[in-house]
Amino acid sequence: MRFWRNVAAITWKDALAEMRTKEIASAVLVFTLLVIIIFNFAFGVNQEVVRLVASGMLWVTFAFAGVLALNRAFIVEKEEGCLEGLMVAPISREAIYVGKMLGSLFFILVIEAIALPVFAFFFNLNVFSLQLVVITILTTIGFVAVGTLFSALAVNTKAREMVLPILFLPIVIPIIISAVKASELALSGESWSSLTSWLQIIVAFDVIFLVVSFLVFAFVIEE
Amino acid sequence: MAKAGSVSQDYAIEIRELTKSFGHNRILRGINLEIKQGESIVIFGPNGAGKTTLIKVLATIITLSSGKVVIDGLDIKDRAEEVRRRIGVVTHQTFLYQNLTAYENLEFYSRIYDVPELKKRINEVMEMVGMISRLHQRVGTLSRGMQQRVTIARSLLHNPAIMLLDEPETGLDQQATSMLWDAMQTDGQKKRTLIFTTHNLERGFEVGERLLILDKGRIVYEGSRQVLDLSALEKAYKSNTMVSA
Repeated sequence: MRFWRNVAAITWKDALAEMRTKEIASAVLVFTLLVIIIFNFAFGVNQEVVRLVASGMLWVTFAFAGVLALNRAFIVEKEEGCLEGLMVAPISREAIYVGKMLGSLFFILVIEAIALPVFAFFFNLNVFSLQLVVITILTTIGFVAVGTLFSALAVNTKAREMVLPILFLPIVIPIIISAVKASELALSGESWSSLTSWLQIIVAFDVIFLVVSFLVFAFVIEE
Repeated sequence: MAKAGSVSQDYAIEIRELTKSFGHNRILRGINLEIKQGESIVIFGPNGAGKTTLIKVLATIITLSSGKVVIDGLDIKDRAEEVRRRIGVVTHQTFLYQNLTAYENLEFYSRIYDVPELKKRINEVMEMVGMISRLHQRVGTLSRGMQQRVTIARSLLHNPAIMLLDEPETGLDQQATSMLWDAMQTDGQKKRTLIFTTHNLERGFEVGERLLILDKGRIVYEGSRQVLDLSALEKAYKSNTMVSA
């Protein structure tokens, strides 16, 4: 019970700080919209081409926007000298991980919820399907689970903003590919059964990396 | 109170053969130290002596490489979370979120320290450090000295029996420095155990009962204020740190 109280306190603190400054949300949102507009200029006129590359565009946008958001997750703590404040508090390192992860998950899901209608508008695609919502939520969970761990790892390096994508993107390739393939099927109006194998990979990735990240976070943050 | 190993109950902190390395770089090289309940220890030392690393190990921010540290009867390796509940930490870093108000910062820390009646306690500690009028001001808009006062309030929220102070006077004026020591030395009923690191020999001499000099990760000198004067301490500091310079 205390674990979840601590998690809630950390998530709430991050949400409060972000609502006040809108530092991460505004930067990530502008970046996301710019990428969508650039893709629109690149592929926009030909609807056939758009249908072929739509899911790829969607996940490239979400992946890079996610990296941008995750980069800030621990940098703010580090820059303000608060990481050590959390580390001397009587809470488990795992509670710090889960609290930070839920905070990032919330922000990235909000960005995605805003970006999807914009994507639909620019590319004339029906993105409002339960299938695509499920794929987006499940993929974002796995993405943020790994990203939070690597963000904590990168924060102690000198070139921290470059280190995160270099370390992190190769690890999330399986879940991004699965999300692209599953989204492609969802956008084509395929049934749930045709998505199953890709969803299984995404869920397996989520479970494995949530558990692994939860277990190794204490070692990453301490040294 | 929980017990660990063969530790005497008289000691608030017991350190045995403590070492800490970062890669091949040995920062602490076999520290042995016992600190009694309510005792004030000052650790002097030049830059790179290992003072901050020692405080970080005691605060459980970093893990020790070898040896044993027992705080309030609890081995810090096995029971770090319980140890953290009993210590307060003040360093030159404030541990405060610049975009939150002083109240929001203290509310956040009160929640993770399980402070009962948190509003009342926040008001008490902010009153104690003379910052009650700035309670709802964003920390980022406060001066460095004011932020350090809020930091002191933060460290006192859970009324810890042991305070670890790593150059806590950063940014504080004379009045705030005396306030710091008034607030730190007792919890209202009994004396707190204090470990304080500083470069300032004069200030350290004023507040410490036992005076240590750390150099290259070893305690190279130990003396008591009762048998020393400031000039003797200065002489000891020069001779013990010049050798290694």
